[in-house]
Amino acid sequence: MSKFKKKRGKTTPAISTASLPDIIFILLFFFMVVTVMKNSELKVDVSVPEATEIQKLVKKSLVSYLYIGRPMKNYQSVYGTAPRLQLNDKFATIDDIPLFLEKEKLDIQEQLQPLMTASLRVDRDVTMGIVSDVKTKLRKSGQLKVNYSARKRAQALK
Amino acid sequence: MGRERQQPEINASSMADIAFLLLIFFLVTTTIDVDKGIRVLLPPWSDEPPETQKLKTRNVFSVMVNANDELLVRGEPMELKDLREKTAEFISNPEKREDLAEKPTKAIISLKNDRGTSYEAYLAVYNELKAGYNDLWNAEADKRFGLKYEDLDIADRKKLRADIPLVISEAEPTSFGEEK
Repeated sequence: MSKFKKKRGKTTPAISTASLPDIIFILLFFFMVVTVMKNSELKVDVSVPEATEIQKLVKKSLVSYLYIGRPMKNYQSVYGTAPRLQLNDKFATIDDIPLFLEKEKLDIQEQLQPLMTASLRVDRDVTMGIVSDVKTKLRKSGQLKVNYSARKRAQALK
Repeated sequence: MGRERQQPEINASSMADIAFLLLIFFLVTTTIDVDKGIRVLLPPWSDEPPETQKLKTRNVFSVMVNANDELLVRGEPMELKDLREKTAEFISNPEKREDLAEKPTKAIISLKNDRGTSYEAYLAVYNELKAGYNDLWNAEADKRFGLKYEDLDIADRKKLRADIPLVISEAEPTSFGEEK
């Protein structure tokens, strides 16, 4: 009888972890490929409004961001609380826009340049004055493709 | 001879830890969100004042947003939630009414805001106007091809948009309100 008795329950066989590094590496590569490093540190408060008719911006490399909002708490002593424009990492004025756009153009192949989009990330509480000024400047600089950044609105209008 | 020793195996058990560390780093830095928003094509700038062209009043749908974020459409106050439907009705004019656009190609939406209008209100209005057009495009695409507008190929979309062109003309904002 004991000849056929299995040695069950005496020792659990160790689970092989040899493939663990491979699995982790696959995950790692996935995240390495998807990652886009945070490109600029925000110095203004931007919480974009909500909308329903939104489209995705497909080519990230062709988008230049313009942030408009009130300076964050720690910058308010220097820059005040009036809405400001931020380009790249710095506070900027409207007159800095043409140069900023030219610099963005340099990184992009010539045939793709007409497809460039300026994405306006504007805080919802900002008034239209500064936004209109920025729009006028963009028109003067020939940057006509514009995206008003917005989040998807879930519920219907009240 | 004695040199022919076996190569000692490299211990790879820490590989998983290293990979984990890298993985966590990338997990933390990743932002997968893509930028989304309402796409607009601004009109090119010209220094000369725009030609004043005589438009029939019935073809112009004037939308104004004042500094208190109130809406005035063709001289009448309106709720934001009605704007979408009214826009679509104005452009397509299904009942051939005398006071709405003659045909979609002649319809012009004129949007005017104040420098004191909040951006949220402005974008909400713009969104509703665009939604009105999107509704019309979808209805037309469904009628002609049995598809949604988004699913049409580019040539069909162009044809459709030639029949119902998106014309939102924006006037210089007024500056009555206070800028905050």
